[in-house]
Amino acid sequence: MAATLPAPQLKITDLGAGIAFGALALLTLIIAGKTEYPAYAFHALVFAIASGWACFKVFDNATSRGPVAIPQEIGGKPNYNMGPVKFATIAAMFWGIAGFTVGLVIALQLAFPVFNFELPWISFGRLRPLHTSAVIFAFGGNVLLATSFYVVQKTSRARLAGDIAPWFVILGYNLFIVIAGTGYLLGITQGKEYAEPEWYADLWLTVVWVVYLLVFLATLWKRKEPHIYVANWFYLGFIVTIAVLHLGNNATIPVSIFSPKSYIVWSGVQDAMFQWWYGHNAVGFFLTAGFLGIMYYFIPKRAERPVYSYRLSIIHFWSLIFLYIWAGPHHLHYTALPDWAQTLGMTFSIMLWMPSWGGMINGLLTLSGAWDKLRTDPVLRMMVVSVAFYGMSTFEGPLMSIKAVNSLSHYTDWTIGHVHSGALGWVGYISFGAIYCLVPWLWNKKSLYSDRLVNWHFWISTLGIVLYITAMWVSGILQGLMWRAYTPLGFLEYSFIETVAAMKPFYVIRALGGGLFLAGALIMAYNLWMTVRGAPEAREASLGDALPATR
Amino acid sequence: MADDKHTPPEVDRLTGIATTGHEWDGIKELNTPLPRWWLWTFYATIIWAIGYMVFYPAIPLISSHTVGLLGHTNRAAVQVELAKLETQRTIQAAGLANASFEQIKANPDLNRIALARGKAAFGDNCMGCHGAGGMGFVGYPNLADDDWIWGGKPEQIQQTILHGIRWEQSTDTRVGNMPAFGRTGMLKRDEIAESVEYVRSLAGLDVEKSANLAKGKEVFAANCASCHGDEGKGNQELGAPSLTDAIWLYGNSRAAMTEGLVNGRAGAMPSWSGRLDPVTIKALTVYVGSLGGGQ
Repeated sequence: MAATLPAPQLKITDLGAGIAFGALALLTLIIAGKTEYPAYAFHALVFAIASGWACFKVFDNATSRGPVAIPQEIGGKPNYNMGPVKFATIAAMFWGIAGFTVGLVIALQLAFPVFNFELPWISFGRLRPLHTSAVIFAFGGNVLLATSFYVVQKTSRARLAGDIAPWFVILGYNLFIVIAGTGYLLGITQGKEYAEPEWYADLWLTVVWVVYLLVFLATLWKRKEPHIYVANWFYLGFIVTIAVLHLGNNATIPVSIFSPKSYIVWSGVQDAMFQWWYGHNAVGFFLTAGFLGIMYYFIPKRAERPVYSYRLSIIHFWSLIFLYIWAGPHHLHYTALPDWAQTLGMTFSIMLWMPSWGGMINGLLTLSGAWDKLRTDPVLRMMVVSVAFYGMSTFEGPLMSIKAVNSLSHYTDWTIGHVHSGALGWVGYISFGAIYCLVPWLWNKKSLYSDRLVNWHFWISTLGIVLYITAMWVSGILQGLMWRAYTPLGFLEYSFIETVAAMKPFYVIRALGGGLFLAGALIMAYNLWMTVRGAPEAREASLGDALPATR
Repeated sequence: MADDKHTPPEVDRLTGIATTGHEWDGIKELNTPLPRWWLWTFYATIIWAIGYMVFYPAIPLISSHTVGLLGHTNRAAVQVELAKLETQRTIQAAGLANASFEQIKANPDLNRIALARGKAAFGDNCMGCHGAGGMGFVGYPNLADDDWIWGGKPEQIQQTILHGIRWEQSTDTRVGNMPAFGRTGMLKRDEIAESVEYVRSLAGLDVEKSANLAKGKEVFAANCASCHGDEGKGNQELGAPSLTDAIWLYGNSRAAMTEGLVNGRAGAMPSWSGRLDPVTIKALTVYVGSLGGGQ
């Protein structure tokens, strides 16, 4: 194939990538033809089409580009590579709305089982992992990819490393999302919470993630700034740790290359320990460290204020990284996990309280001297409320890790409420804030289409979050108290089914809260769409003009 | 470029605190010291954690782990709690084990204990099919009314719980089948339709105007009366329900009744002897009887 192309234009990296994609296309075609599992054949075909397209694209670009390499700088300014950032931003919004919608559906299914419609593909058991993966990995993951690629370029004053590699990371990651999501609906799962995709999707993600790490490191390597900005420490911590967690918790042996099924090498309580070492640090490094990276760039940038304390950022970064990785066993209190491991899980969670709050302090106090901006800038307000939710969740987390508290809260809706105050409040709002900042910057617009719509988004979704988490707190504590209630004669006061019946009103309120959160996100999508289309007449009416351009 | 980044740190105008002198894309950092309260709270949590590790099992060693000054383990703690409950329940059970149903009924204390124990067992074992309060579902009898398929006297209820209904693993299980008259060809399609109308007339349900009730009665007498009785009043010995009242296990629509005649009915209930201890089954009997229909 290479012989037919003009040799001087084809770099060795292009050739290697092209051949690799071609080989993958061939391999997956063979698998699609030979496997006896229709869902697996479908996935193999998706891989074959994607890698075939990638193979064509690599050679096509290489031959049409000509001998000149893409310049690193134009006119003394870095020639930033924002194409992959734009793609990931749009993908984040798309997957976000999909994930919130599925969340609303499963909330309704819990309140009204009729919403399962007796269809296996959309039954609760399959939609629940679809929801968690869509919001965490598809929405959150694309936000992290977009912002990390943006922030590392801007704070290093350097173009992203590689030409194919950043696109491979973004497109490859989204291919993983498609494979994972359709797999759940078709019944392919390895049954590990937040790590449901089967071995072939895991392998693919490993390749994508290693390239992500290399792109990030290489961009840092060629930076024009003497120091590495704190946001990049957090992004790097997130990327490295997620790689380690992913490999540890997905150590499986496939039945055969023609079967989607695999078996985990860990067994019994070791498997449980691995699972929650992974699960807890998916929260700690994916949903915390990564999003703290977002906070450290977008809040000072938007507020136009210096970061509150450099020293605090160092201490809380290293203490957070060191302590988080030990806290996983608090998910396995009062189980077969040995007592000593439970003790470590709990004590490290308590010690994690202040390192977490270090991030909150640095986020909130960066506003000192600029608090008045909260009145006029709803985007900044969203991000500040996000940090407040972060502070609340990271206090609640250590509280729930205390064994005496955990004996009440474990397995109840309280956990769901806790997760969502972090997910909707912290992760959701900091992401929305970052995307509201990014879209005008990326598409070269003066401001957002409408700050008034951002305000609506903020208030509607805040009401949604408050309804959601208060419903789950009440429901969870009620549930925990009902489970442990004994009669004076020494018998359980309530049967399990009575405790389920008691949850119903709270499930309805929760669905309402989730619906409001989704409504807010739809308003956001409309606002962003209009911003990109750039309707000039609406821009004059918006509050955004009162703000100095933050670019 | 890099040189002007290392000029003496400027002081932030609004807070009066020096910056570190670095700048990234317009972002600077203040050199604010660590907040005191933050640092001391951090230290306090570390000291508390170390203290906790001294008192509880914490540090893994080569082949075991430190056990802590309190010698606490989850397993031992739960054993103590369970033993306490077991003692309390054993004392109560002693009274129940040797009492007859009449004696339990006559003794308010025993009755109270039997109802409490029975209610807990009912919630864990029976509610899944018979529903909260024993109100039943289609195919799962209501236990709160006085219409009993296999009898509502305490001994009869106890027998049902002990050995189940059509439960092959138990030799003493209750047996009685509603045959599949249609599927096996014992009755023809029009005979089934006629008997459905006749049974509806027995129960006081609406009957098709064109129905041949005389023919239906004939079919009933030849095929159904042997179990359900000449007048359709049922027979608890055989588990044949009364067809003359308003209570229908599978509903009183024509479709449900036809389905029963065509394919038969053979709902099963597990045997609980062996799974629940005899005292619990006795308590369960008292509880089920108390739901409203005990005789």
